[in-house]
Amino acid sequence: MSGGASRLPAPWGAYIDRDRTVRFSFEGREIEGFAGDTIASALAANGIRLLSRSFKYHRPRGSTSMSGDDGGGLVQVGDEPNVLADVREVEPGMTVVGQNYIGSLESDQASILERFKPFLPVGFYYKAFFRPRGIWNYWEKLIRQTAGLGRVDPDTPRRYYDKTYEFCDVAVIGAGPAGLAAAAEAAESGADVLLVEREPDLGGSLAFQRFDPDAFGAERTLCRLRERVAGQSNLRVMTNAVCTGWFADNWLSIISGNRLHKLRARSVVACTGVLEQPPLFRANDLPGIMFGGAAQRLIRSYGVKPGRRAVVFTSSGDGYGVALDLDDSGVDVAAIVDPGSASSGDSLTLAARDRGIRVIQGCAVAEAVPRPDKLNVAAVLVGPVSGSDFIADDRERIDCDLLCVSTATAPAASLLCQAGARLQLSESSGSFEVTSIPPNAFAAGSVNGFFDLDAVIEDGQRAGMSAAHTGDETAPAAVERERGQTRRYWFGTEHPDGLDFVDFDEDVTAHDVCDAIAEGFEDIELLKRYTAMGMGPSQGRQSALGAARLVARVTGRPLSEVGATTSRPPAFPEKFGHLAGRAFKPVRRTALHHRHVELGAQIMTSGLWLRPAYYGPEHARAQLINEEVRAVRTGVGVIDVSTLGGFEIRGPDAAEFLNRMYTLSYHRLRVGRVRYAMVLDDAGVVVDDGVAARLARNHFYVTASTTGAEEMYPALLWRQAQWRLDVDISDVTSSTCAFNLAGPRSRAVLEKLASDIDFSRAAFPYMAVRVGRLGGIPVRVLRIGFVGELGYEIHVPSAQAEALWDTLMEAGDEFGIRPFAVEAQRVLRLEKGHVIVGQDTDGLTNPLEADMGWALGRRKRYYVGKRSIEIAAAKGIARRLVGYRLVGSVGTVPEEGCLVIRRGEIVGRLTSSAWSPTLGRTIGLAYVAPDQAAAGHVFDIKAQDGRMVRAEVAALPFYDPGNTRQGL
Amino acid sequence: MKIMPCPLNGPRNISEFVCQGEVEIEPDPATASDRDWADHLFMLDNEAGVVREWWYHVPTSYWFIAERNTVTDEIVRTYPTEELIERGGHPADFESKS
Repeated sequence: MSGGASRLPAPWGAYIDRDRTVRFSFEGREIEGFAGDTIASALAANGIRLLSRSFKYHRPRGSTSMSGDDGGGLVQVGDEPNVLADVREVEPGMTVVGQNYIGSLESDQASILERFKPFLPVGFYYKAFFRPRGIWNYWEKLIRQTAGLGRVDPDTPRRYYDKTYEFCDVAVIGAGPAGLAAAAEAAESGADVLLVEREPDLGGSLAFQRFDPDAFGAERTLCRLRERVAGQSNLRVMTNAVCTGWFADNWLSIISGNRLHKLRARSVVACTGVLEQPPLFRANDLPGIMFGGAAQRLIRSYGVKPGRRAVVFTSSGDGYGVALDLDDSGVDVAAIVDPGSASSGDSLTLAARDRGIRVIQGCAVAEAVPRPDKLNVAAVLVGPVSGSDFIADDRERIDCDLLCVSTATAPAASLLCQAGARLQLSESSGSFEVTSIPPNAFAAGSVNGFFDLDAVIEDGQRAGMSAAHTGDETAPAAVERERGQTRRYWFGTEHPDGLDFVDFDEDVTAHDVCDAIAEGFEDIELLKRYTAMGMGPSQGRQSALGAARLVARVTGRPLSEVGATTSRPPAFPEKFGHLAGRAFKPVRRTALHHRHVELGAQIMTSGLWLRPAYYGPEHARAQLINEEVRAVRTGVGVIDVSTLGGFEIRGPDAAEFLNRMYTLSYHRLRVGRVRYAMVLDDAGVVVDDGVAARLARNHFYVTASTTGAEEMYPALLWRQAQWRLDVDISDVTSSTCAFNLAGPRSRAVLEKLASDIDFSRAAFPYMAVRVGRLGGIPVRVLRIGFVGELGYEIHVPSAQAEALWDTLMEAGDEFGIRPFAVEAQRVLRLEKGHVIVGQDTDGLTNPLEADMGWALGRRKRYYVGKRSIEIAAAKGIARRLVGYRLVGSVGTVPEEGCLVIRRGEIVGRLTSSAWSPTLGRTIGLAYVAPDQAAAGHVFDIKAQDGRMVRAEVAALPFYDPGNTRQGL
Repeated sequence: MKIMPCPLNGPRNISEFVCQGEVEIEPDPATASDRDWADHLFMLDNEAGVVREWWYHVPTSYWFIAERNTVTDEIVRTYPTEELIERGGHPADFESKS
């Protein structure tokens, strides 16, 4: 038959489509499977169980769960490492290889490491590599090569991932019998329900497990539950969707394909079932050993005959069901090994006996014997159980190529535990049970300790009803039924010759755990960290129970005191792509952005803003900036400063508010005047600056810097929340645009336009503000001089900004108006010695250091940061911002950030450095020691190439010391 | 993700909010010693238990106060600042308004 030699006929194989053959390669060999197969099931159909090599000893491993719950089935698919072979569906042409081997998967040269096991004790890394110093550097390379998982390909193409947001009243995780019943019940109660199932189809254990002697009895139950679910319009179903995290207030992360769903639910029902647990015996990790559920999944979901001759090792009726399934699918069941002394009377047990399957009662598997090539189990050694967990020496050898293990389960409770529930070892079953389930969270079905199918469904209905009525005080409280008889489990026992693995992912044996406990790591959290147990791909899903039981036994503590390690998200693998999503990157554009682009501007980012850096082609950068500077100094230029923050502060206490918030005094500022506005934080550090224009007695318009605007608004509101003054503060940053028209001919441009504002020198002096119309457009004009020339900062509603820009450009044409941009503005303001907060100051700069003591209202009783400034002034400052020019013949021009050095010590650094076309030399601002701050003092700078450069402190401003030009 | 019950906007994802730290009444700068002032600026109580914090809802620019248990991560109560701070009750409220 196509699709593999071990295929079973229909109706086995519910997931596969036998009409669609899929060809892919594994380890270079062509494999044929069917659509709906996983990589592992298709390989199993072709007789391949060996998928990868183990982490430490390179032992051969395959999938033990066929459900993605173990770490044995990790493979590399093309450039994608660590793919779960038992979950990933096959695709035509996919290239699959095993992981973590040297040479070939079947004959791994590194498997020799196993022989060195006595020299690789638990805690080996901590013990072996810390002495002598530096030895780790030698070992690291070797270890990274031999111990590891998949291969990361740095050339992996970027793939598409995204996120959605979901909301519901009740989220049900897991669509097994309990989950289906819970979802249906909650939906019938009127709740908006989302049912999340990680497998391709609904059913959970109903889809693969056997609950009664009739091979297809469970299917009828599933059909019934499916119909109940399908009939609800307020019930949505997600399949192939893995819930990876359960965060505060029922916020769940669910991954399906390349999408991360962020789900907020009023209440959540976890119907996550149980996980089969491996018992301890020698060589319990060999390929060919799998959980009973894995064999059943192969048979029922994928139509694969899991072996030729099988031994079933079980302590419950579940395993007898496995034996029946194996028998039905043509596997020779050599024996059922049951450690219980007397067989239970359940229907599956009786049916197996009726068929004449040999049952070895009161015995357990003590050891698995490998084939000569060590790649599969060849036989098991079975001995009689004496005491609770001891196997007598009287061993029987049973040949088999498949060992199905169904001896113990543990609740699949990692999600519940993330939500706050706890796992406790139960004295009666010896396994974990879930306790302390938080409010608005529910557990139902086998995860909640119910195993009988009717009880499971009833428990699901109870949980669904309760979840639907969350928050409804009048709803009758649902009563949980008695759990009845607990299961008797078998956990195995340590083998004197070892290879009795507790944790398959990290190759931790019972011996290792005992050694770690003997070394004092008896707390379960410490034990985890010391042995690395539970840290591998399966995250302790199959090792936490074994470890806890060993701790209890070795330390003599009661089971109930041991507990489990903390469960943290993600419960299942997530990719960085899922977390990153589409990587949105917000940007802000001014209303004139398209005009800048039309003018050929080079665009730079400033915070979130996109701003022109200069206008013209990149190759002419330096020349263009110089021309823009010259235009402002000699004619007229215009710059878009819409990115400045703008705040309206209105009300009877407006002046008082400004007086407290900003360092200068505003009570006596006359209407129509503008004053510098600097903001400090409580520690006296300069955080932002702008100007405050008094438009009316009770109305100020205050600006903030481009980068500071976003933080200033909350800061203003926060102070107001504490001061509770009679003011209203509104942020008009986005609704207002602004241009700075600067240069000796700027007045001439404005006077050409129709306006109700008198722009004459006498009527509109420096540091004044006028409100009116310009070419019919409403404007606020502030006469200020950041660049040190006659200049007008014109604020205009954003909707009319383009019209005003065009008007200004047209009017300025005859005066040679030229748009200038950020780079030119930086040079212009540097020539004037003006500080840019955030460039020439840092997170610790106070105004005294920045030489801005003039901006502190000395006679004021209060402003934010004043007390700290007084303390700083009394202590004296440790650095001072000064202007400098380079001295002598200059080879290297030191860049911003270069250090100021005195006698081998760092005393400061350069904060601004630029070529001044106006002065014909390189100038800058720098922090120097306070005793170097006098004009004419020479200091040394270590340039970016390591050479020392001399500079001389220059009096500020460099340009127009008399400040005559801005007052023209 | 936790939900923050905002006094203005109702229950919202906590990612919409910014926490500004404990509510501390600024000592009177005119009378506080340097040490008191430094304590106010740099020392936090960092209590295990219920603390009173400033919170800010970014999309609506709204400041309010939340009482939060730092041990259980439970938000006990949220309320507008007006409930805590009287009008003009701040020590900074002394400048002459003439």
